[in-house]
Amino acid sequence: MADRRQGGVRHAIPHDSAAKHVSGRAIYIDDIPAPPGLLHLFAGKADRAHALIRRLDLARVREAPGVVAALTAADVPGVNDISPVGANDDPLFAEGEVQFHGQVLFVVAADSLDAARAAAGLAAVEYEDLPAILTIEQALAAKSFVLEPHVMRRGDVQAALAAAPHRLKGRIRMGGQDHFYLEGQVSLAIPQEDGDVLIHCSTQHPSEVQHGSARVLGRPDNAVTVEVRRMGGGFGGKETQAAQWAAIAALAAVKTGRAAKFRLERDDDMVMTGKRHAFLIDYDVGFDGSGRVLGIAFEQAAGCGYSADLSGPIADRAMFHADNGYYLENVTILSHRCKTHTASNTAFRGFGGPQGMVGIERVMDAIACHLGQDPLEVRKANLYGKDERNVTPYYQTVEDNILPEIFAGLEVSSGYAERRAAIRAYNAASPILKKGLALTPVKFGISFTNTPLNQAGALLHVYADGSVHLNHGGTEMGQGLFIKVAQVVAEELQVDLDRIKITATTTGKVPNTSATAASSGSDLNGMAAQAAAREIKRRLAAFASERYGVAPAEVQFLAGCVRVGGEEIAFPDLVKQAYLARVSLSATGFYATPKIHYDRDKAAGRPFYYFAYGAAVSEVLVDSLTGEYRVTRVDILHDVGRSLNPAIDLGQIEGGFIQGMGWLTSEELYWDEAGRLKTHAPSTYKIPTCGDRPEDFRIAIMPGNENREPTIFRSKAVGEPPLMLAISVFAALSDAIASTADYRLLPNLDAPATPERVLRAIEELCLRAVEPAARARAGE
Amino acid sequence: MAEAIRFLLGEELREVAIDDPTVTVLNYLRGRERRTGSKEGCAEGDCGACTVALGEVENGRLVYRAVNSCIQFLPTLHGKQLLTVEDLAGPEGKLHPVQRAMVDCHGSQCGFCTPGFVMSLFVMFHDGAPIDRARIDDALAGNLCRCTGYGPIIAAAERMRSAGTADRFSRNEKRIVDALEAMRSPAPTHAGERGYYAPRHVDELAELLLCHPDACILAGGTDVGLWVTKQHRRLDPVVYIGAVEELQRFDIREREIEIGAGVTYSRLFPIIAAEYPNFGEVLRRLGSAQIRNCGTMVGNIANGSPIGDSPPPLIALGARLVLRRGKDRREIPLEAFFIAYGKQDRRPGEFVESLLLPRRDPAWNLHCYKISKRFDQDITACLGAFNLKLAKGKVADIRICFGGMAATPKRALACEAALRGRPWIRETIIAGQAALARDYEPISDMRASRSYRARVAGNLLLKFWHETTEPHLETRVVGPRRAHG
Repeated sequence: MADRRQGGVRHAIPHDSAAKHVSGRAIYIDDIPAPPGLLHLFAGKADRAHALIRRLDLARVREAPGVVAALTAADVPGVNDISPVGANDDPLFAEGEVQFHGQVLFVVAADSLDAARAAAGLAAVEYEDLPAILTIEQALAAKSFVLEPHVMRRGDVQAALAAAPHRLKGRIRMGGQDHFYLEGQVSLAIPQEDGDVLIHCSTQHPSEVQHGSARVLGRPDNAVTVEVRRMGGGFGGKETQAAQWAAIAALAAVKTGRAAKFRLERDDDMVMTGKRHAFLIDYDVGFDGSGRVLGIAFEQAAGCGYSADLSGPIADRAMFHADNGYYLENVTILSHRCKTHTASNTAFRGFGGPQGMVGIERVMDAIACHLGQDPLEVRKANLYGKDERNVTPYYQTVEDNILPEIFAGLEVSSGYAERRAAIRAYNAASPILKKGLALTPVKFGISFTNTPLNQAGALLHVYADGSVHLNHGGTEMGQGLFIKVAQVVAEELQVDLDRIKITATTTGKVPNTSATAASSGSDLNGMAAQAAAREIKRRLAAFASERYGVAPAEVQFLAGCVRVGGEEIAFPDLVKQAYLARVSLSATGFYATPKIHYDRDKAAGRPFYYFAYGAAVSEVLVDSLTGEYRVTRVDILHDVGRSLNPAIDLGQIEGGFIQGMGWLTSEELYWDEAGRLKTHAPSTYKIPTCGDRPEDFRIAIMPGNENREPTIFRSKAVGEPPLMLAISVFAALSDAIASTADYRLLPNLDAPATPERVLRAIEELCLRAVEPAARARAGE
Repeated sequence: MAEAIRFLLGEELREVAIDDPTVTVLNYLRGRERRTGSKEGCAEGDCGACTVALGEVENGRLVYRAVNSCIQFLPTLHGKQLLTVEDLAGPEGKLHPVQRAMVDCHGSQCGFCTPGFVMSLFVMFHDGAPIDRARIDDALAGNLCRCTGYGPIIAAAERMRSAGTADRFSRNEKRIVDALEAMRSPAPTHAGERGYYAPRHVDELAELLLCHPDACILAGGTDVGLWVTKQHRRLDPVVYIGAVEELQRFDIREREIEIGAGVTYSRLFPIIAAEYPNFGEVLRRLGSAQIRNCGTMVGNIANGSPIGDSPPPLIALGARLVLRRGKDRREIPLEAFFIAYGKQDRRPGEFVESLLLPRRDPAWNLHCYKISKRFDQDITACLGAFNLKLAKGKVADIRICFGGMAATPKRALACEAALRGRPWIRETIIAGQAALARDYEPISDMRASRSYRARVAGNLLLKFWHETTEPHLETRVVGPRRAHG
């Protein structure tokens, strides 16, 4: 069958837009031909981190050449708030109080971007400064929080810690991360009749942009339509944080009756939008002589920025992944959600999971150093079991654990043991350069932990000529969702892929969608599209059965045709006949993930439908005089269930790994003492380049592992989990540094591990190594 | 006086009047030409999403170079061919081999950076040199991708010539060369509201700058471009030196190399790398291919940045500058040019005409170290250049210069004094490190803290000592003397 039909599932088909990407024909929002009279928007920004606004005088702004309007909170007909969670703490325009450097005070709409920008500089603003809280430590000290703390607990941690033969306490800090999607935030709003508005918005969450904009405009949701064909990258940064720019553009369009475009320049984008949360994690762990954890207490503090945004579920997911792949029998996880006067931090691939995992992986390295063991042995001693030691700190039973198999496979294929020995020998003989090696696992929970979000819809039309129009609530940000869902429909209908038109996501076709986030895109939308295709098939089969007088079972969809009894009818021919017989050829599909439930008050339930697994071995080469380093080799073995499209999945694995590596290595966010972000462009904020990709990079998909749950064609989600494979790079750096003190002490290494932090860790370690008294003082 | 520039867009002639000389090529393409394939990702020449190819005739052959259209000013296109991603596919939409390889290797995900990668690959496709991983890394260092992790793009680079090295552009080379030759005409000048001058000879330039002592001198635009795209400064008038014939030359003499103010890094690289491999390694990592194709070493000096990568090695080598004002020339040591932060020894109406770089002296040994958060295309946190002359195990002479450690590139005079005449042994290095700590009072900023800068500077002296005394020791993780995995 598959011989004749092009493009069902399991095939390594290129991205549906690949040919358009490479020839410059893929249309992004800023490429849409400008509607006549288009206005360009530019934001007037606060230049204080925390202050009262004493005066905001826009008279000169409004008089400037080319200016059509200058909008402030006073111009909002509905609610001046864009909080995605109803917290009412995310003003569209700052009103009365400024809460971070770069917050929007007002927006200028002008005939050109230059005119808007020039006019924005003419505002007269007076502030009364207030003390600003800029770091997690300051927020903890001041008890400054955006949300209440949350706890997960199981067993008797204090008793376990007290009884443990060994006990260690430690702390790790990790920085945030800018999304650095290549296409910045952008919305184009076009006024419609009745005061309605159409917004072309680069967003992962069209429904939320729609609902938020309607609320700002004081209109029902049905007055706003949001459409997105593709984004130039999202990574979580366009989940909630596309809405503000869209709503302002909509407001400008409705107010002026002219189309309005709001495109953030790179520096504004980086200054004004939130990032991955920085975290501070303290641990107190007790363990036995084999390195097995007997009791552990984590205290996590997330730097949330000035408002709640998605910090609640993000900090929750850091707790859900504080175990990573390890069984923690006696455990408490306490989480603080710190308020700082910085941009409001938001979703970013992994959504708190990476930070939680870095915490426990740090603990594994600490135990190994303390016991003088290979960290891999400590990790193995702590992995979840299959039939016992398999319940998470939130009481979900891990039913699908394949980490033991992944570890076994990767340990052999990467030559871990031989390389470990070779590295020890190299380090003993090399005074300046040091090598490090680490194998770390990933176990990532799949589902929105807010259970109601796990739903999706699709809309499928078959036109009278047999061509197919596919639409669903998922958005395309480069991850290949659209091609995967199209492959699902091609597989179901047994038609060639090129018969299926992939179309822009729009709230006008599929309503009330969830964000394309949480790695859930193909799981949810693939199932919804499959349901729609099956409904079309059911109707066609019923029609054919009746028309040709055969039993329904005798109607089969084969490659490109339908066999009805003994006869094969081309798909378009059958469609044409069905149309003439007045059969509906349009269907919706819907899917809600089964089995999941979670009681947050009790911190117990089954928040995840299943887990995705993987592991990576990274090797690094460190210069002990400068702290510079390279990642020289990486081996990955990753679980995607039965892949819908291996080429797309490999792209997610590799791209996610490099993005995670950037977070933990070169990507450093730096604020000055006034709360100004100083790393706000690629000249100062350094994501990995081509040359940073490991010289030797071997990626394999775990073979023969179908999803135990009946997901779409037994595949697994792949968007986020691979990012956390890059924790192996951080652990390998720690390993290389530890070699300078014979692996007996855990280096004080924080993330991102810039050359500066690596050198500091080396020097601090050398001091500690020659000063055992200092160790005693540190309580080890 | 002509007020319109002429260039080929693809193979079509364009004549465009200069009204704003600082309009960028990218804004022109996306606006007036409605060619939206080239993207704005950063507007500062760092992400490469705007990359286009510029074709120029050199020795009768058409040579393509990748440049960042976001910081390139439109009038500088005069007499050149501009190719954008839209030009590559054939008339019936048949993909170019570079595009085909990118599709086949799954080299695009979100696609926003892709047009820039395609154009960088297109230039590499045409340059004729063998393709290996190191070259790919260098050619693509100025193109950021946030989705793929680069592997599929590297694969595309390795595959793109598999069906041969010819394409539509190589087949049409003669026609394009003829068209460009036919367009050869004096670069236009615009003396209207926003002045733009593109003199052809250095004497004209000298005269012009006497008349306009406050003019913005534009060479590659890799810094000046940002004054417009980031600082939104209004530059008036602009004097472009890219058409000044004499300034595009370098002259390799017996004792020194004279480098004209308009010579780009790309043209200079092979000469410097052959003469001083360590200096070559610094230049390999300076900016990106796009930046090096436009940027000039003299521009890097003249703008006076304390973190420019050229001055420390040049000062350690004893390079000199030729400054010119009207008919008057004066020659000064490069280090004397940097007076204070933002202040150079350049008088009104004066310009840097050339740089004099001494030839290699076998008695001296130059090592350079660039420290930054990322190896490729990153602004230096600290750059140390050490030039040592040993005689009988003692320091006969030494010149040390650091960038990123003070408000200007600055020699480590106390350290030099502590080393000079001493035996080249570890004890001397320890004394040198102590002296070095007195030479500089570095600052903390987003690139590095004061303490790291101070610490790493001392460690670089130690590393230099290791490298000069233990030639087989692995001491670096990039460039020469690196260890292999």
